[in-house]
Amino acid sequence: MSDAAPLRPLGPRAGEDPAWVRIGLIALVIAFSVLLLILPLVTVFTQALAKGPGPSLAALADPDAIAAIKLTLLTAAIAVPVNVLFGLCAAWAIAKHDFPLKSLLITAIDLPFSVSPVVAGLSYVLVFGLQGWLGPWLQTHHIQIIFATPGIVLATIFVTLPFVARELIPLMQAQGRDEEEAAVSLGASGLTTFFLVTVPNIRWGLLYGVLLCNARAMGEFGAVSVVSGHIRGLTDTMPLHVEILYNEYDSVGAFSVAALLCLLAVATLVLKLALERARPLGEDTDLARPIGRNPP
Amino acid sequence: MSLPHLNDSLAPTSVTLENVRKTFARYPALNGVSLDIAPGELIALLGPSGSGKTTLLRIIAGLEFPDDGRVSFGDQEVTFAHAAQRGVGFVFQQYALFKHMTVAKNITFGLDVKSGKDKPTAAARKARCEELLDLVELSGLGGRFPSQLSGGQRQRVALARALAVSPRILLLDEPFGALDATVRKTLRRELRRLHDATGLTTVFVTHDQEEALDLADRVALLNAGRIEQVGTPQQILDHPASAFVAGFVGEANALKGATLGGVFALGAAKLAAQGVADGVATAFIRPEQFTLADAGEDGLAIRLDRATQRGPLLWLEGATPDGQPVEAAVLAEGAGPLRVGATIQLSVRSARVFGAADPDLGIPMRGAR
Repeated sequence: MSDAAPLRPLGPRAGEDPAWVRIGLIALVIAFSVLLLILPLVTVFTQALAKGPGPSLAALADPDAIAAIKLTLLTAAIAVPVNVLFGLCAAWAIAKHDFPLKSLLITAIDLPFSVSPVVAGLSYVLVFGLQGWLGPWLQTHHIQIIFATPGIVLATIFVTLPFVARELIPLMQAQGRDEEEAAVSLGASGLTTFFLVTVPNIRWGLLYGVLLCNARAMGEFGAVSVVSGHIRGLTDTMPLHVEILYNEYDSVGAFSVAALLCLLAVATLVLKLALERARPLGEDTDLARPIGRNPP
Repeated sequence: MSLPHLNDSLAPTSVTLENVRKTFARYPALNGVSLDIAPGELIALLGPSGSGKTTLLRIIAGLEFPDDGRVSFGDQEVTFAHAAQRGVGFVFQQYALFKHMTVAKNITFGLDVKSGKDKPTAAARKARCEELLDLVELSGLGGRFPSQLSGGQRQRVALARALAVSPRILLLDEPFGALDATVRKTLRRELRRLHDATGLTTVFVTHDQEEALDLADRVALLNAGRIEQVGTPQQILDHPASAFVAGFVGEANALKGATLGGVFALGAAKLAAQGVADGVATAFIRPEQFTLADAGEDGLAIRLDRATQRGPLLWLEGATPDGQPVEAAVLAEGAGPLRVGATIQLSVRSARVFGAADPDLGIPMRGAR
């Protein structure tokens, strides 16, 4: 060991990892992403187009497929607004007010993330099904929930419930009440304050929550599978339809519908990217926070 | 400066607080506070954190409601009136500007949300905005967003926004707390100028005694949810009503000694202490209340640790023989040579002595916020 050895930093900047660590890490992450994310996605499209675009389009034009697409869009169209309404109410209540059992409510909102969707579906069958608690009453009033559209919508709402609320709670908690109080002290009413001050402050978080919620609402399989009953052309959503076609060895049909689902998801992500780009000057950029990871 | 529109609606209003109490989750924030604020007065609520000063300000604003007591503006009771109806301008500690609105939109917000015949025309609102931008010296910045402004500029926007609605009372919560020292000084002058120009009854909260004493007509000193003393800065400095006040303002030295028969003794130094019970006591002596003792005079013996000249004053740091730290500021002129490590004699021109029976002894004093 030379006593005149110059002290050199390991990386170009203090605290930076040496080159082999950096390159190794980046390569590893890219390899994983390609293998586990990109490749499967590409496969969906190549399988869908394996016999050319004709059979693929025919599979989508099938009445059962069209019924599934309609049901999926209807479900999302109901579940997302309900989610927004609930998310806004919950986040407002939790972030701006103090009340007993608040922490319990925050935990309860996370329930759909921690419970398996299949369990959620089963519990809906137990409550609303023929042998369930409300079954006899529902039957005498000729209301069918399980194995019908209402059940599918309810199961989807359950599974997607945390998305908007989870996005908004930390955001609104971080913003505090100052701006609302300022608005009120300037003479604004509660509703005016909400629409002129609160909503603009949370709009990006809200939009992000809506996009994620929408993606999940269209793609949900487990809970919907249990309550749907798989009646072709009636209670099949797109994910369920994909499974049925696949089990019937209709590979082109299954992957064609799957490709359409993928396109919807990709469109959602592109929309999110476009929104992030379009943010006006002078606003925070905290859109990229992982969902469900923010401590209450 | 003439500001024809700023105080056109109302004459300055007095504020009366009667026995206001407020408790947060079993922790008492205000223990019966009474205070009369004169019309057009600039008053500071001064106190360490947790003394209840911000709660008191929020109760005046209607952002909190008291558990007990009365709040009146003039002869009108407003104890439980909604904040939107009180006609107060509130400037928040972190400004609370609307981030998604331009400076101009922020300023006119209070006018934009008015409805019916109260709402000024678009042209009037624009004119008002220009007038206020002028007043706070931000002309031409109306199109910017708050994030494009410096801290001091944001503070000015917050002030202009609060003034836009022609409030009866202006309330400011730690208005300079988030600013650096230079900007702080400038804005302090600014607030005084604004107050003099508008004639508004103004209440501001601060933990910085220098700010309060420098700026306010009167200072209300709060401690543990009670008002310790209300008075002009001079009264508070010269006649502190309690040991807490004496310790909190003026960077006073707190020296422990003993009183006997109305005389406080610390070493050879004797101080008048009329009305203080015999026994352990504390003398509060501000640095400038010391002078160098004349030869032969019996003073307070100090071992000198450090002497620094700042302008005409010589700042001396040292300790009494029993180890109590002392800071003194004496005139440099005629001080003669002083040697660090030597013992010097200081005489005390005036001091305030409080006995051990005073309940406020033992509270952190110097440097306490």
